[in-house]
Amino acid sequence: MAALSPLVELRGIVKEFPGVRANDGVDFELRHGEVHALLGENGAGKTTLMNILAALVRPDTGEIRIRGEAVDLRSPKDAIERGIGMVHQHFRLVDRFTAAENVTLGWHTPRVLIRPHLLEREIARLSEEYGMRVDPGRAIWQLSVGEQQRVEILKNLYRGANVLILDEPTAVLTPQEAVQLFEGLRGMAAEGRGIVFITHKLEEVMSVADRVTVLSRGRNVATVQKSETTEAELARQMIGRDLPRMPAPAPREPGAPILRLERVDADDERGLPALAGVDLEVFEGEILGVAGVAGNGQRALAEVVVGLRDVRAGRVLLGGDDVSAWPVRRRIEAGIGYCPEDRLRFGVASTLSVQENLIAKSYDQAPVGGRFLLDRRGARRYAEELISRFDIRGADLDAPVSALSGGNLQKVVLAREISANPRLLVAAQPTRGLDLGAADATRRLLIEQRDAGRAILLISEDLDELIRLSDRIAVIYEGRITGTFPAHRADEEEIGLLMAGRG
Amino acid sequence: MKNVVRTARTFAIQLAAVGVGLVLSAMILATIGVSPWEALTSLLRGAFGSEFALTQSALKAIPLALTGLSVALCLRMRLWNIGAEGQFHAGAIGASWAALTFSDMTAPGLLPLMIGASILTGAFWALLAAVPRALWGVNEIITTLLLNYVAILAVAYLVTGPWRSDASFNLPVSDVFGSGAVLPRLGDSQLHVGVFIPIVAAPVLYVLFNRSKWGYEVRMIGASPETARLAGMSTARKILVVMLGAGALAGMAGMIEVSSSFGRLRQGISPGYGYMAIVIAALAAANLAGTLLVAFLFGGFIVGAFALQALGVPQAFVLLLQGIVLFCALAGSQLAGRRSIPWIPARLRGYRRAANAPEEEPSTP
Repeated sequence: MAALSPLVELRGIVKEFPGVRANDGVDFELRHGEVHALLGENGAGKTTLMNILAALVRPDTGEIRIRGEAVDLRSPKDAIERGIGMVHQHFRLVDRFTAAENVTLGWHTPRVLIRPHLLEREIARLSEEYGMRVDPGRAIWQLSVGEQQRVEILKNLYRGANVLILDEPTAVLTPQEAVQLFEGLRGMAAEGRGIVFITHKLEEVMSVADRVTVLSRGRNVATVQKSETTEAELARQMIGRDLPRMPAPAPREPGAPILRLERVDADDERGLPALAGVDLEVFEGEILGVAGVAGNGQRALAEVVVGLRDVRAGRVLLGGDDVSAWPVRRRIEAGIGYCPEDRLRFGVASTLSVQENLIAKSYDQAPVGGRFLLDRRGARRYAEELISRFDIRGADLDAPVSALSGGNLQKVVLAREISANPRLLVAAQPTRGLDLGAADATRRLLIEQRDAGRAILLISEDLDELIRLSDRIAVIYEGRITGTFPAHRADEEEIGLLMAGRG
Repeated sequence: MKNVVRTARTFAIQLAAVGVGLVLSAMILATIGVSPWEALTSLLRGAFGSEFALTQSALKAIPLALTGLSVALCLRMRLWNIGAEGQFHAGAIGASWAALTFSDMTAPGLLPLMIGASILTGAFWALLAAVPRALWGVNEIITTLLLNYVAILAVAYLVTGPWRSDASFNLPVSDVFGSGAVLPRLGDSQLHVGVFIPIVAAPVLYVLFNRSKWGYEVRMIGASPETARLAGMSTARKILVVMLGAGALAGMAGMIEVSSSFGRLRQGISPGYGYMAIVIAALAAANLAGTLLVAFLFGGFIVGAFALQALGVPQAFVLLLQGIVLFCALAGSQLAGRRSIPWIPARLRGYRRAANAPEEEPSTP
């Protein structure tokens, strides 16, 4: 009897957060031995649904059945005890503890004495068994992101997870690491486990899933066998319309070099080398894409250009001027715009109003700023103009900027930066966390700016995006540029190898 | 329009919170046999019920308002100035030095001198914490707090040592200031011209902080130091300027107290104005006009509490009641800051529902 019923059944799940119905009567079913992709745009309710299954969030109404039996999950511990494990997008690991300690943390730890070598031996065995290679004795901060993810997976296996939920697991991996992960997941499914794989990437669905459930705006649109669907159909179901075709950027004659890095070295926050001998050029009217796995010096690269980080050696040149020692303000005035990676923390002051955020780079001069006072009417007009020009929606000028959706927030940042007329625009992960529509709008904006003759340094972890947008692609690995080539000749395989340091 | 609704809502919540505090206080008063109603009315009458009461409340409100503004300014930049008390004492020292050194001068010369000296010493005291904060990020909460003790003890040292009056019968007090060192009264009321200092300061500060480019930068830095840095705003100098200004305001409060309340330097010149200032600024949510208003209410509360003692409520009890009302008011301002008021936190609601649900789940096979 138990073998026949699905591993997990969710019925009519409703969850409302203030102002948004994240799940609106969702049904979901997970069978033994399948990899089930949960597909949807950002904000479609995928993570909420799985958080409900992992008992991190309680549904307003709805039924959860595990192996055919209705359950009331009151705490994550309940869920874990019933064999449900979740690997979150942001790992929940203790940095200073070893991999083995993290795997066993809080779970059947011996009452009195912990014997590290026994733990490590057991974890080593477990990692061998599932092909999830990690060194159990190393501290988390010493591990790569891919290894950390494996620790998270091992943690769940150690706790006896039958249902393993992974929330956008490939976002931080190289293509090769992703393939490895998929193999591991297939192996676990073959043992009868159920794997839920949250993603918004169609190609991943096609390569790893057995079945797909598509969510859109908190409702499930379809559940289908992978073999019975196509990417195009899934896309249509996911966004409710056909995937817009991005205009392929027309090839251009490169203009004059705008940005030039010459053998730049820089350190990270801990004083360890973050950039080593970086040479890079970005030309007028060009998008230079920087590809790399997260944490290989992308942030340092952006920051030495905009002036937030000192170079230890080498030079940063903007249109021929050595700006290496210039403060941020002077670089802004010289024409550097920056659309930072962590929008909510660096891009906007989230408690200030939309208007106050929009004027952050223009408050110093007319029409926004007078000699001493701000021109309130001028500032308002200026902000209103940006809102209509960049089609920022849902914007009450006086409401805190954090009330905007992710896509509109990004538009605020881009509007502010572009309106300052920069010669060079540095865009770090500009579409991360945006849904397809907003990501699309952001990409169009970047292409538009390129065609207007600006130089754009685009840093992204999304290889497809880079290949589609860039004129040239540079690969960064451990703070070095390991290769640069024209995007139209880019070979995903080759870039992937370079990203993994095996060029 | 939205703002009006929000303000009204905030105000209503605050009022309700204070109401809760008063009810709790009344219950406690009932336990010692004092009629809560009588206590409440005599508190209010004592605070605001007569011209004399209002004057007394206003007098107490002056140092509270200035130190409150001092804290509020820093809050604009997310700096916690716990040191208004120390800056107050430093200002008192500066003003006393001027008064004792130039004791022969007349008011038109001496008073500006005293104010100037208190501004300098108060600002200097803030600077001691501001420099390490601006340059090395040393937590200003700790440094300003610790500097309070230094300043208070410095006053004690001066009045028991170098500045002790020969005519004081060994009491730890300085000489009485000359007549030129006392702020003139307004007509024949008890109120003195010092009352104009916060009233003038608040609008000036409002323009500076809410309308100027400089104030915009300060707000941006307060809201998101990272974003401000990306916009090329320099943080360090603004930390210095804001904290210097805060020290100057608290210093002036010290000058006003030694000049008009005591007429000399002595120990115990502050019942903790600088600490109450933190509560005042927090209650006013760093709003400048709000700070003045709350300071006046606080002044009234201090004065009104004396009236309670006349009913036979012990002084310690009065302090207890102050604490309760304050606590509720603070809780109210926390609630007002939220988008939805969690009478019952959502998580708890869920658990409760779960707990009430019938025990339907069979045990795991």
